[in-house]
Amino acid sequence: MTSAPAIELKGISKAFGPVQANKDISIRVMPGTIHGIIGENGAGKSTLMSILYGFYKADKGEIFIGGKKTLIPDSQAAIAAGIGMVFQHFKLVENFTVLENIILGAEDGALLRPSLAKARQSLTDLASEYGLDVDPDAIVENLSVGHQQRVEILKALYRQADILILDEPTGVLTPTEADQLFRILNRLREEGKTIILITHKLREIMDTTDTVSVMRRGEMTATVKTSETSPAGLAELMVGRKVLLQVDKVPAKVGATVLEVENLSVIDDKGVERVKGISLDVKAGEILGIAGVAGNGQSELLEVLGGITSGTGIIRVNGQDIDLTGKFSDGRSRRARGIAHVPEDRQREGLIMDYMAWENTAFGYHHDPAYQSGILMNNAAIRADTEAKMQRFDVRPPNPKLTAKNFSGGNQQKIVLAREIERNPDLLLIGQPTRGVDIGAIEFIHKQIVALRDQGKAILLVSVELDEIFVLSDRVAVMFDGKIMGFRDPAQTDEKELGLMMAGIVEEAA
Amino acid sequence: MDFLTMIQVLDSTVRLATPLLLACLAGLFSERAGIFDIGLEGKMLAAAFFSAAIAAMTGSVWLGLLAGIAASLVLSAIHGLASITFRGNQLISGVAINFLAAGMTVLIAQSWFKQGGRTPSLMGGGRFNPIELPFAEALSTVPFLGPIYAELISGHSILVYVAFACVPATWWLLFRTRFGLRLRAVGENPAAVDTAGVSVVGLRFAAVAICGLLCGIAGAYLATGLQAGFVKDMTAGRGFIALAALIFAKWRPWYALSACLLFGFLQAIALRYQNIDLWAFTVPVQVMDALPYILTVVILAGFVGKAIPPRAGGEPYVKER
Repeated sequence: MTSAPAIELKGISKAFGPVQANKDISIRVMPGTIHGIIGENGAGKSTLMSILYGFYKADKGEIFIGGKKTLIPDSQAAIAAGIGMVFQHFKLVENFTVLENIILGAEDGALLRPSLAKARQSLTDLASEYGLDVDPDAIVENLSVGHQQRVEILKALYRQADILILDEPTGVLTPTEADQLFRILNRLREEGKTIILITHKLREIMDTTDTVSVMRRGEMTATVKTSETSPAGLAELMVGRKVLLQVDKVPAKVGATVLEVENLSVIDDKGVERVKGISLDVKAGEILGIAGVAGNGQSELLEVLGGITSGTGIIRVNGQDIDLTGKFSDGRSRRARGIAHVPEDRQREGLIMDYMAWENTAFGYHHDPAYQSGILMNNAAIRADTEAKMQRFDVRPPNPKLTAKNFSGGNQQKIVLAREIERNPDLLLIGQPTRGVDIGAIEFIHKQIVALRDQGKAILLVSVELDEIFVLSDRVAVMFDGKIMGFRDPAQTDEKELGLMMAGIVEEAA
Repeated sequence: MDFLTMIQVLDSTVRLATPLLLACLAGLFSERAGIFDIGLEGKMLAAAFFSAAIAAMTGSVWLGLLAGIAASLVLSAIHGLASITFRGNQLISGVAINFLAAGMTVLIAQSWFKQGGRTPSLMGGGRFNPIELPFAEALSTVPFLGPIYAELISGHSILVYVAFACVPATWWLLFRTRFGLRLRAVGENPAAVDTAGVSVVGLRFAAVAICGLLCGIAGAYLATGLQAGFVKDMTAGRGFIALAALIFAKWRPWYALSACLLFGFLQAIALRYQNIDLWAFTVPVQVMDALPYILTVVILAGFVGKAIPPRAGGEPYVKER
């Protein structure tokens, strides 16, 4: 291929406040190819594409479309440059017809009638050309998700897009719908369109793309030909190797079974099955690590165990059934049963960022008699208790009157950990304990988790960091596509095997 | 009720429905674009005062109308600035506008005219006078249809005809033009409009401006058409009744016409029949006067079917992924 790249980005950087979402990213996408961008949630894929579509402005960097330097200050400019985008969350007017959605913003004149007639004609043409059948008069909200996505693609094609960006297009689709989508994408490629596919699913990348770029923590770590890589190789690039942290651990003294899960399934509010009938158990004095690429059902597993969402199946704690759907399916009932939960996203589920540390420490345990004084809260007692916990967990500064957002990520996490661990739970659920946490705090947090295990508590750890899984776990389960691919002893496996399992491949004769 | 009385009641229904209809359509434009506006009342009141004041000073009702529209547009601009540009709370901004108008009008009226917060009575060219439609006199003797034409359809001021013409015009603008498509879209899903490369802010300001224009006409009609001058709080909650009618009408122009006529009819009945004798007891005038407001409460409480407001209504647009 000697032609100029369809898209070339040079040195794109973008920060949201202190968070560097994109760091000096450069990428070349050749025309007539499907280029995958893979990375975990929060790796900066969507930000990068939003910059390309003019939704955000880059702090630094240049964009070349078809070899020409192009400024894209807004979506209008992106559309004019022949870029179309299918967002993860569709940008459709739900109570409009398909036709109305397609012409919105691309009308030919002040009156609708001629525009609608023209769109109807080109819709018929596009449908036969690319196999994109949609009823032009259907109301969008009555269409299936797969068809709504087609409307988004048609919107882009109607605007004469040569470059199509799809952001996590299969996240909401059924497998059949996803297959249809990929057939359409192949058709578009044959017609010479350039496609950028953003996803965190390895199989989609392997099956459909020509080249693939891997993003991790805002940086582009590699761009390779898909035919020259493997799922395991990609998984490794995505998760990344870090300096191996060591924690001194005595062998586990495993006791009785604390948590038993049988045939647990979770269906999310879009009707997609996220957890597919999994079974596992965690014993006292043991850490069960759940590894996997983000988005394979681990979050939903934690949420249903923590009482945030409901599911079907059986969960037993200390031999007694837990209510999964009824009146006692909530965080408070779970805590009463000795379950503590350190959620994956501490800033959204673990803390209220505008509240002070002592208020955050009381959450979930505000009905503790020690915190009461008659019908009023005994704020002084909560503050004193919080300060003691902050000292023990080395929160810096140990000031209970500081608002949560003023602490660093590591110290925020320590506050959540202190709140949950100091309640002496039988079972600790902990998700991504060290995401966005500095090295020093990682060590401290790891030590706390191991110390809790050595007190004979059961711990269920979910982490996308393989190193963390290896360092902490006594047993490892790998989740892929809502199912557990298998259990392994961390001493008898390696990153390669887990990487394959994370991609859905189990070597039977292991 | 004999035929002629009925015609008279309907005639006054039309006159009383006019300010409601204009305000209701004003709200329709604003809310269809996603900007809730409980400041209709305040805008009408300000427009009523300034139109009456300027008409009293200049003797020209047309200059009065322009002044009323200008006053209403200024308040609209404030609402737009607060809720679109600065993404403030639309309800609070609306409440502020209502208070501002209620206080300001009386204060300025007292300062200018020294008549206890009212304007002088308008006479001659200071008012919108009834327009006699062609052949009204000649046809009035035709049985049945004659009185309907001569009494009910003919003989209103120009603004009444403007208000009724606004109904099909609004429908056409909303459902048959590019502007209307975009306006409806921005009230449902501004992100769709934004990613289609159209300015959300521009569209919303346009909608708020149209709202100001229509409220201005409504207020001017109150002070220079329906009555002859401005008095304190003369809108008497019509802005809120218009909002109720808007919900009743499910944000549709033709339904808005029916809803406003219903409210106008209740007001006309209350005006005409001070006490109604029902068999053994008498319904006091206060009950009749309260009827439109009672109906408003009933409608707002949601007894009249499910009304789905524009989905992005009341929310400032903030870009997100």
